[in-house]
Amino acid sequence: MHELAITQGILEIAEREAAKHNSVCITRIKLRIGEFTGVVKEALEFSFEVIRQGTMAENAELEIEVIKLCKRCPNCDEVFESKDQFDFFCPRCNAPAEIISGREMQIEYIDLD
Amino acid sequence: MHRIPIGTNILEVNEQIAEENRQIFHRRGVFVVNMMSAPGAGKTSVLEETIKRIRGNYRLGVIEGDLMTTLDADRINALGVPAYQITTGTVCHLDANMIHNALHGFSIDELELLFIENVGNLVCPAEFDLGEDLKVMVFSTVEGAEKPKKYPVMFHEAEAVLLNKIDLIPYSGVSLEELQSNVLDVSPEAEIFPMSCRTGEGIDDWVSWLVRRVEKAAFRVTPSGVKRARSE
Repeated sequence: MHELAITQGILEIAEREAAKHNSVCITRIKLRIGEFTGVVKEALEFSFEVIRQGTMAENAELEIEVIKLCKRCPNCDEVFESKDQFDFFCPRCNAPAEIISGREMQIEYIDLD
Repeated sequence: MHRIPIGTNILEVNEQIAEENRQIFHRRGVFVVNMMSAPGAGKTSVLEETIKRIRGNYRLGVIEGDLMTTLDADRINALGVPAYQITTGTVCHLDANMIHNALHGFSIDELELLFIENVGNLVCPAEFDLGEDLKVMVFSTVEGAEKPKKYPVMFHEAEAVLLNKIDLIPYSGVSLEELQSNVLDVSPEAEIFPMSCRTGEGIDDWVSWLVRRVEKAAFRVTPSGVKRARSE
């Protein structure tokens, strides 16, 4: 359940940004979470429910965009997504590929009142 | 209502502290290894066997992470190596700040190689940079050949994957070939070392690789290209 620690990080960043903009009311937090992270969307939502009480985000909506795991072959530049399971070999030339997306854990924006 | 674009990483604070840790270590020429695995895969046994083989070559230190007890630190101390135990209570992973605080527990100036034994967990530790130079994963063959596919992130993050307890393969029916192939599917560049801490098989291969990896680290080499001298 490291989602609690992660949610704590989200709230700290969001509250700091809100304070910078002289607001005490966060109405929405938009996240981008890669599918190739150890973060479970449902656990994040649950942690947020628990932890937002008494914070500037008490009434905020949490929006989570899940980013697909996407890889690029350093050999032939082929870019490919994962299908059923995670596979790191280029479908064209079978070379080991690099991750270009899917490892994100990012706050994209917050809405303030 | 107004929208504030942010774009920062959620684990930004952890990453900043991890980077500070890394600079602290590098300034003192300390190479840091983060050992991760599920509970019971054999991290402490691997450490013990590794320490026995290299304690004459490097000044060693160990940070132990567990929810409770100092049992692991006691085992390392018994080998004459300073160990600092972090008990996390309920937290399922070590983070950079815990490591930062642990640095007050022993003098890193006297170290050359520091092992961090993470909390036993196949998921969370993979996401938290501690300021290490090398991530190593210990996986016991009895955990099952399909686990790399089920828990791919940690396998992918590890530069070396140690497949421990190969002496139990005749009893567990797990195929080492299938396991190795599954590790490579999710982590094509991983160095894989099948081994057994019980019989000693394969440990020397891992230790030679580790020593080469440590010696290769740029910060351990002076501008003239001469390795940092041992001050003994």
